[in-house]
Amino acid sequence: MAGTDTEKKPVLEMVQADGSDEGSVTFVLHEEDHTLGNSLRYMIMKNPDVEFCGYSITHPSESKINFRIQTRGGLPATEPLRKGLNDLTDVCKHVLHTFETQLKDFREKQGEAME
Amino acid sequence: MAVPMSNVDEIRDRVILGEFGVKNVHSTDFPGNYPGYDDTWDLKKFKKNFRLDVVHMDENTLEFDMVGIDAAIANAFRRILLAEVPTIAVEKVFIYNNTSIIQDEILAHRLGLVPIKADPRLFEYRNTGGEEEGTEIDTVQLQLKIKCTRNPRASKDASDPKELYLNHMVYSRDMKWVPIGNQADVFADANIGPVHGDILLAQLRPGQELDIVMHCVKGLGKDHAKFSPVATASYRLLPDITLLQTIEGEKAERLKRCFSPGVIELEDVDGKKVAKVVNSRLDTCSREVLRHDDLKSLVKLGRVRDHFIFSVESTGILPPDVLVSEAVNVLIAKCQKFLSELDSVAEME
Repeated sequence: MAGTDTEKKPVLEMVQADGSDEGSVTFVLHEEDHTLGNSLRYMIMKNPDVEFCGYSITHPSESKINFRIQTRGGLPATEPLRKGLNDLTDVCKHVLHTFETQLKDFREKQGEAME
Repeated sequence: MAVPMSNVDEIRDRVILGEFGVKNVHSTDFPGNYPGYDDTWDLKKFKKNFRLDVVHMDENTLEFDMVGIDAAIANAFRRILLAEVPTIAVEKVFIYNNTSIIQDEILAHRLGLVPIKADPRLFEYRNTGGEEEGTEIDTVQLQLKIKCTRNPRASKDASDPKELYLNHMVYSRDMKWVPIGNQADVFADANIGPVHGDILLAQLRPGQELDIVMHCVKGLGKDHAKFSPVATASYRLLPDITLLQTIEGEKAERLKRCFSPGVIELEDVDGKKVAKVVNSRLDTCSREVLRHDDLKSLVKLGRVRDHFIFSVESTGILPPDVLVSEAVNVLIAKCQKFLSELDSVAEME
């Protein structure tokens, strides 16, 4: 790799078209793909304050996605993004918790069956 | 007979397998799409509806049902399992001697694909770009040093290579761990080395030898498939078969044969054989029934949109349940990364 640049790689950029308000923003998520893009899009589309949410992969050889949010009523687009990320974290935590308790139950049952 | 679903509920909850195509593929449960439905995100509602059942687990495979979650999130877990849960694999191969007929680069590639049993959670990523040597916290060193010789004890008229030569088959078990720094103490009972000892790496003839040192590092499946911790990780949706009318006699027999064994069974009702859906989970969704003109209008084939039957098959480096937990944690970490980035952007303004 020709990685001699000492600059920190960007993680998140915000792009706003000239004259548009802060309710319509394209976020550039670096080093991400459909994994976070689609799940986050789903969570944000569940938010009634959001008029539009979608994402695109710029090019197969670029590892970044353009993540577009347009809100209703002049709400800053960072708010639904923040809420979406928090909601997705909550979902994951619940899935993890449920998985671990169910796994424990399964192991106990299996242990009983063995005896 | 099951009570037919309302039209809207069917669109929301089922993927319909029709004769000429699959209908209602996309999730549509977003606010404003359906009058009378509140589709706003509600964690309480999610927790109430979410279910997870472990169906089967052994050393290397895991099957579980995840119900009440959207495909976008289930798919994220699947994708992370394939490409973003780290493992340790051979990355650098130093070939000091290779007189076998297998070329250096082919041998190096084969070595890379051997699953290495070393817990990736106990190691750091090696710095990219820099040319510095690996250290005890980011590198596992393996050595493959083997030479083929004639077997002095072979009988005179032997023609079988197994009897004639010693060490003529090089297996993954010949890759020996060479601890760096304090690794010998830290990983004393970790048993670092290839997961499977019986992977054939090369064949030798007397006089040929291999002298190789390998550096194994932590990496992700999206960089190279050798780092993928799973053989496969996939999900399918639970099949849903509804009989719209009572089907009996010869038709019932034929209906039963249209599905996988165990899906439809015949019940004896007043001397007549009546078809009944017993276990739709076993169906392969072949849609064979839709080729029978007299049967296709009597059944409705679908899949439950939010019932995922996950199957995870580990390569043996980590147990499959650990892989699933790790995958969920990876998605949490991604969210947290962007949340903290958002906070730092907000602070700058």
